[in-house]
Amino acid sequence: MLEIKNLKAQIEDKTILSGVNLKVNKGEVHAIMGPNGSGKSTLSSVIAGNEDYEVSSGSIKYEGEDLLEMAPEERSHRGVFLSFQYPVEIPGLSVSNFIKTAINEKRKAFGQENISAKELLQLFKEKCELLNIDKEYLSRSLNEGFSGGEKKRNEIFQMAMMEPKLSILDETDSGLDIDALKIVANGVNSLKSSSNSIILITHYQRLLNYIVPDFVHILKDGKIVMSGDKSLALKLEKEGYSFLN
Amino acid sequence: MKIEPKISEDILLDEVTSKEYEYGFTTNIESEKIEKGLNEDVIKFISKKKNEPDWMLDFRLEAFKVWKEMEEPDWANINYPKPDYQDIVYYCAPKQKNKLNSLDDLDPEMKRTFDRLGISIDEQKRLANVAVDIVMDSVSVATSFKEKLAELGIIFCPISEAIQKYPELVKKYIGTVIPVRDNFFSALNSAVFSDGSFCYIPKGTVCPLELSTYFRINEAGTGQFERTLVIAEEDSCVSYLEGCTAPMRNENQLHAAVVELVALDSAEIKYSTVQNWYPGDKNGKGGVFNFVTKRGICHDNAKISWTQIETGSAVTWKYPSCVLKGKNSIGEFFSVAVTNNFQQADTGTKMVHLGENSKSTIIAKGICAGKSNGSYRGLVKIAKGAKNSRNFSQCDSLLMGDKCGSHTFPYIEVDNKSSQVEHEATTSKIGEDQIFYCNQRGIGTEEAVALIVNGYCKEVLNKLPMEFAVEAKKLLEISLEGSVG
Repeated sequence: MLEIKNLKAQIEDKTILSGVNLKVNKGEVHAIMGPNGSGKSTLSSVIAGNEDYEVSSGSIKYEGEDLLEMAPEERSHRGVFLSFQYPVEIPGLSVSNFIKTAINEKRKAFGQENISAKELLQLFKEKCELLNIDKEYLSRSLNEGFSGGEKKRNEIFQMAMMEPKLSILDETDSGLDIDALKIVANGVNSLKSSSNSIILITHYQRLLNYIVPDFVHILKDGKIVMSGDKSLALKLEKEGYSFLN
Repeated sequence: MKIEPKISEDILLDEVTSKEYEYGFTTNIESEKIEKGLNEDVIKFISKKKNEPDWMLDFRLEAFKVWKEMEEPDWANINYPKPDYQDIVYYCAPKQKNKLNSLDDLDPEMKRTFDRLGISIDEQKRLANVAVDIVMDSVSVATSFKEKLAELGIIFCPISEAIQKYPELVKKYIGTVIPVRDNFFSALNSAVFSDGSFCYIPKGTVCPLELSTYFRINEAGTGQFERTLVIAEEDSCVSYLEGCTAPMRNENQLHAAVVELVALDSAEIKYSTVQNWYPGDKNGKGGVFNFVTKRGICHDNAKISWTQIETGSAVTWKYPSCVLKGKNSIGEFFSVAVTNNFQQADTGTKMVHLGENSKSTIIAKGICAGKSNGSYRGLVKIAKGAKNSRNFSQCDSLLMGDKCGSHTFPYIEVDNKSSQVEHEATTSKIGEDQIFYCNQRGIGTEEAVALIVNGYCKEVLNKLPMEFAVEAKKLLEISLEGSVG
C-alpha cells in the first residue's frame, strides 16, 4: 500500500524529516508516536501533499506509484485521507455540500456520474448513525463554531463518507472526552477492513486501547528510531521517551 | 522525487487575466443612430422619436439645463478618465422592419445573441415564472407575459410605452424619488433617457411572477441611459430582477441609469440586480463606466429590499438607497461586489430614516482580486423625528492576493436618542490552509475558491430568487477563476 524510503523533508530551510522509512501493507494499522517536534505532523502533511513542505530526497510509493508526483487532490481521489489535527473553518459552506462536492470530484476524476441524491442521503444517514451524529449538523457551516471534539468527529465522519484506502489520523484523539473517544474509535474500527490501512499519529497510548495497532513506531528527530508491537506503546507510557536515550 | 515547487502568487494572479470576457461579440444588426454630441436638438430628436407628449419634453429640457450647470462628482474612491460627453451617441435603436407581436418574430440575429448570452428567451419562457422585458441598446425589443399580468391590472412595459399609455401615472411619480437635480448623472439621464422599464402593481395585488429586465449595450460608443420606475400601490407586493451583460469594446462605454421605486403604505418591493458588464481587459483597457442612481421611497409599513451581485464594469459608482419616510417602514440592502484585474468599485447604500420605528439592514460583501480596488460607502441617517429607529450594518471584505485594495467608508448620523445603530466590519483573506483542506478532500483549487467564496456570500445569495441565485454563483466562479493559489 505505502512504502516510504529514506524520506527527507524541510520547511523553509529547517530540516524536519531526516530519513524516514516505513512500510504499510493492506489491512494494517500503524501507530506513530514521538515527542513534540519529532516530525509526526510533517510526515502526515508530506503524505497528503502539503506544499509548505519540500521533499529534498527519498521516495513515497503508493500502490506502486510515485505519490510525490501527484497533486494533493489526486492523492485524495486515489484514496489517501488525512484527518487533520487542526481542521479549518469555512464559513457559509455546509458540511453536506462540502462532502457532496468531495465525493463528486472523486467520481469525476474516474469518469463517473455524480452521486444521486438518494444514494447520498442514504450514506449520510448510515454514517451519522455510525458516529452518533445528529443529522441537523450536516447543514452547519464547515467546522465553524464547532467544539474541538466536534471538529475531530467531523473528520472521521468525512473519512466514513469517503471510504479511503489509506487513512492518516493526526492526533484525532486530542480534544476528545472519553465518551467521544469511544464513539470515534468504534467508528474507525468499523471502517477497518482487510483492504484498507490506517496510520494513527498520537501522543497517548489511551487511543490504542480502542484502536489496536499492528505496529508501533517511535519518531524522534525526524527518524523512526524504534518499532515494535503494541507493547511498545505501553512501555512508552510507563517510562516516557527517556528510555530511548 | 520532489513536491512541485509552490507556484508563486504573481503567476497565479497573472492567470486571472487569461480569463477573457465570455460575452464579447457584436451583433450585426442595422442600427439607427444619430450624430455624436448633446444639445437641445438631440433631446428634441429623442423625444420626437418616442412620440412623447410636451410635458415629457419639458422635463428633459429642464434636466438638460440643470445638468449643464453641474459638475461631474469626484469624491468617490475611483480614478477614470472623465468621458467627453460631446463624444457620445445619445440615441441608438436597432432597426426593426415590423412591430413584434411575439418573441418568434425577433430578428434571428438578435435572437442568436440572446441565445449566446446563455439566457435564451425560449428558456426564460419555459421557466414560465419569469416575465422578461428586454432592452437592447435603447429600445425594448420584446415583452412577454404582458397579457397574463394585465389580467391582474399589473402594468409591465417599456417606459416609452407607459409615457404614451399611462401618462398620468408616469407624470405623477417620475422624478419624485430622484429629483432631476439630485446628481450629475441623474440629471444627464433625465435629459436623454431613451428607454427602460415601467412597472405598476395595483392596490392589494401580489405579483405572481418575478419580473425581469435584461439590459445589454451593443452599439460601439453609445451610452445607455435607462430609466426604470416601479410603483407598488398600497398592500401590493412585487419582486423585480435586472441582469446585464455587454459585448467587448475598446473604448469605455458610459452607462448612467436611474431607477426609482415607490412603495406606498404596506407595499413591498424586492429589487435584485445581477450586473456583469464588460470589466475591461487584463491591462485595464476598455470596460463599462457604470454610474447608477437607484433609490426607493417607503411609506408607512412599507418595505424595500435591494439585492445586488456586482461582478462587471470597469468603474462602478452605485448606491441603491431607501428613504424610510413612513412609520414602521423597512429598508434592506444586500450586496456582493467583486472586483478583479483593474476594476474599481465604489458602492454601498444610503438608509435615510425619517419615520418612527423604521428599520434598516445592510449586509455588504466585497471581494477583491488582481489589482482591483473595492470600496464600501454607506450612509445611515436617522432624523430627529425617526424615534425608535434601528439600523444594523455589516461590511465584510475578502481579499485575494496582495495587490488589491478594500476600503470601507461608513457615514453615520443619528439625531435622536431613542434610536440604535450597529456597525460591524471584517476583513479576511482566503487562507492557503482552507485551500489545502479542500485539496486533501479531492477538491481542486478553482473549485475550492468557488466553495469558499460562495460560502462567504451565502447570506446575500440566499436573498436572490432561486433561478438567479444559480446564475449568480456561476458568475462569481467565472469572475474569480484563477485568482488564488
